[in-house]
Amino acid sequence: MATLSLPTARTKAPRLLRNRAAAKLLLLALLTAVLLPVLNRWGNGTWPHSLTVSVDKPLASASDWVIDNRDSHPLFLYFLGHLSNAVVIAVRAVYLTLLAAGWAGVTAFGALLAWRLAGLRLAAGTALAFLACGALGMWVPTMQTLALMVVAVLASVVVGALLGLAAGLSDRLDRALRPVLDTMQVLPAFAYLLPVVLVFGIGVPAAVLATVVYAAPPMARLTALGLRGADREVLEAVESLGATRCQRLLTARLPLARQELLLGLNQTIMMALSMAVIAAVIGAGGLGDRVYQALASVDVGAALAAGIPLVLLAIVLDRLTGAAGDGTAHPETGGRPRLIAWALTLAGTVTAALAARLLGATDWPAGRTLDMAGPVNRAVDWMTDHLYSGVPVVGGTADWAGHFTTWVLDPVRAGLQGMPWWSVLLVVAALAWLIGTWRTALTAVLAMAAIGVLGVWEPSLDTLSQVLAAVAVTLVLGLATGIAAARSARVDRALRPVLDVFQTMPQFVYLIPVVALFGVGRAPAVAAAVVYALPAVVRITAQGLRQVDQAALESARSLGATGRQQLWQVQLPLARRALLLAVNQGVVLVLAVVIIGGLVGGGALGYDVAFGLAQGDLATGLVAGAAIVCLGLMLDRVTQPARRGAGKGA
Amino acid sequence: MRRTAITAAVAVLALTTGCGAADMTKQASPFANARGAKTVTLSVQSWVGAQADAAVAQYILEHKLGYRVDTVQVDEVPAWDALSQGRVDALLEDWGHPEQEKRYVQEKGTVAPGGGLGVTGHIGWFVPTYLAEQHPDITDWRNLDKYAHLFRTAESGGKGQLMDGSPSYVTNDKALVKNLKLDYQVVFAGSEAAQITQIKRFAKEKKPFLTYWYAPQWLFEKVPMTEVRLPPHKEGCDADPDKVACGYPHTPLKKYLNAGFAKSGGAAAAFLKKFRWTTEDQNEVSLMIAEQKLSPAEAAKKWVDSHPSVWKKWLS
Repeated sequence: MATLSLPTARTKAPRLLRNRAAAKLLLLALLTAVLLPVLNRWGNGTWPHSLTVSVDKPLASASDWVIDNRDSHPLFLYFLGHLSNAVVIAVRAVYLTLLAAGWAGVTAFGALLAWRLAGLRLAAGTALAFLACGALGMWVPTMQTLALMVVAVLASVVVGALLGLAAGLSDRLDRALRPVLDTMQVLPAFAYLLPVVLVFGIGVPAAVLATVVYAAPPMARLTALGLRGADREVLEAVESLGATRCQRLLTARLPLARQELLLGLNQTIMMALSMAVIAAVIGAGGLGDRVYQALASVDVGAALAAGIPLVLLAIVLDRLTGAAGDGTAHPETGGRPRLIAWALTLAGTVTAALAARLLGATDWPAGRTLDMAGPVNRAVDWMTDHLYSGVPVVGGTADWAGHFTTWVLDPVRAGLQGMPWWSVLLVVAALAWLIGTWRTALTAVLAMAAIGVLGVWEPSLDTLSQVLAAVAVTLVLGLATGIAAARSARVDRALRPVLDVFQTMPQFVYLIPVVALFGVGRAPAVAAAVVYALPAVVRITAQGLRQVDQAALESARSLGATGRQQLWQVQLPLARRALLLAVNQGVVLVLAVVIIGGLVGGGALGYDVAFGLAQGDLATGLVAGAAIVCLGLMLDRVTQPARRGAGKGA
Repeated sequence: MRRTAITAAVAVLALTTGCGAADMTKQASPFANARGAKTVTLSVQSWVGAQADAAVAQYILEHKLGYRVDTVQVDEVPAWDALSQGRVDALLEDWGHPEQEKRYVQEKGTVAPGGGLGVTGHIGWFVPTYLAEQHPDITDWRNLDKYAHLFRTAESGGKGQLMDGSPSYVTNDKALVKNLKLDYQVVFAGSEAAQITQIKRFAKEKKPFLTYWYAPQWLFEKVPMTEVRLPPHKEGCDADPDKVACGYPHTPLKKYLNAGFAKSGGAAAAFLKKFRWTTEDQNEVSLMIAEQKLSPAEAAKKWVDSHPSVWKKWLS
């Protein structure tokens, strides 16, 4: 652990800070020296058994209670039942509308909307994306996912905006909500599934609600941020005009926060889409279910065929909301009154839908599908056949995986599990305090202690060891690529589309190819995590380096610094905050995939959650889920720089 | 401002809670019955055998009986719960869950048995046949320790690796390894897909491996495997999950239907109750799905076209 982020934090800290760091460490050391005799009473090995609380029994009886009372208790009949019913009705309404519009209507509507918001190029792109979904034979699943997304995103936006409004207007609520929202945003989606399944059972309502819980926080955060960031002078001007509180909110603060609101919408959509596949595990249906089913029969090609529509949807929606946020909307229709343009959009949609209906072609024509599964599978087979082992000189991927497991994962895990339990807490405290504040340190230590109390110390440290190894690899590769992209525009241009695709690809799709390449075990889980976290790290690094003050660089150049010296002595130190953010994002993303890695032999907490879901064993699943939450919280706080930036860059 | 907020909150609460009860155990999937079609929702389990069952049932329901079929991938235990709630109508391949059977069939009466599938399932430990030919005595559990060094991997450390599959499968392997005092480490592949990928990889390189596996399974046609004899299974020897020291039983696989659907499901329910085929039939379809990479629908069509005598009986 210490090898990972401690030195980077230290070497880049200015002298003043280093002294403060030394003081913090000294204080911690003193504290430990005082507490050690007390702590020693519980032994020096793994987390002491007498400090754990077993929650198996209460959880098992809670689960039984829910199953027995689901159809009779008022809480279910009069509240949760309606909630679930509302979700079902809403999703159904959207789904039927989409089906009634047919492929022509939906495509026309998408294209016209894009044209209104972002111009002709995106309109063409949107139409192509929808046609591609149909051509891949995925029209109905795409519509199911779209219906689910529309409802989930709308609900997330409403919930998020309300929370954000509350936090934006009241300081007290802001203080209460912010840590909760911050935390919710770093949690792996997998950890949300079990609690909703317990209450709502497998199916669409559970999937929608899990998605809402996962996707609402960015909207809330950014709404609050936008309201708080409004220009003071404008507000004062409005106030001096005698506007009431309500008028001020509607006419000044909300319009001024437009950019943040749209960014929030954008992030919410992205998170909801990434949840779409994971929610398939609890019966969301649609594209996610197709990916999940294809992976069960080791069919990477078919999984990709269902994954591509998801990526296309994500890219189109990302660009659409992005364009709306830029304010660069409708350049060529500027003069025309807005109402007429919207009416045109609607009329176009209806015409297309009716035309298709009259021609009897609301369903995607059956023969018009492309088979891409075959070629993709052949390519994957060829790749794994030739890379798996026996490659001259460098050895095959299986050999790498073996060496990585034996020489990196095993020692790290053994080291972590062999450390006295209190020293793990101490290291966590020291790291979090050095990088952040005493508050983040306290949260991190408490989260780590909670893991011990829940009685899952060993598997959590196993997961932690995988996260650390994956983060180390991700940072080495990501920083190197990020530096290359920041220094050469050509590399940057070449990387951009690749990063886009990798970032929006559902995490599940990575799992099977990595097993084919690296075998079963922790190594493939780590490999999948690296692939998933790399784009964000590369992007943030490149951005951070490019934003370094040009004047500082210029003066370094005029002093005769070589390119290497400029990089090491000017750019990297100045981009310290961006680099720390990259580490933070890397850690969070890696954790999310290492958990899913339980499905390919990663074991530890991820396996426990999967086991809990598969066997309906709440005790195992929920405890592991809670441990993941704590681990995520701890990792986020440990890597959180003292003054937190506004929004998350990724 | 605050007063309006409170009024609004109360109004919302009254709206959502005040107008009668809503039993969420009686709510169907929003994707069901779209456009007035009669819809049946089948649960599919992650293994290919279950996909084959569902594919053939789906094909016949759609093309011979005129239903629309939705499939949802759920593991067995959650599928029982979904079945009880009516989120799915049928579970076609259950490997024996006495606890759930007691709760939902006998106590709550929300799930109805749908008869046997005609296939008998068996779980066991398997080594590839090429290895069993080299070392004929490896197929007895007492000799496994002698060969533990063959099965060593990076994941199992100094011990031999016994590969287990998906967390949804019935397994006593951890207890077995402990109670039979074997020098082995259970490594969970985490999903059947991962396990199959790894087995095929081993087989391609003719490497030794020991794995938890089950029959009927199409993979036997691609990678011939020989079962390792464990201490014989006796009735009740696996009652205490921590003290298991015997092999796995032979389980006749069963179908279960949602109780309401079984009663009023019409032709679809009658057909699903009669649906019964052999291990060979199932394997034929599974192999087409998993090896030839046909879509389940295509595989089902092929099988249905070539076996009219089998499925005609289900519709009579």
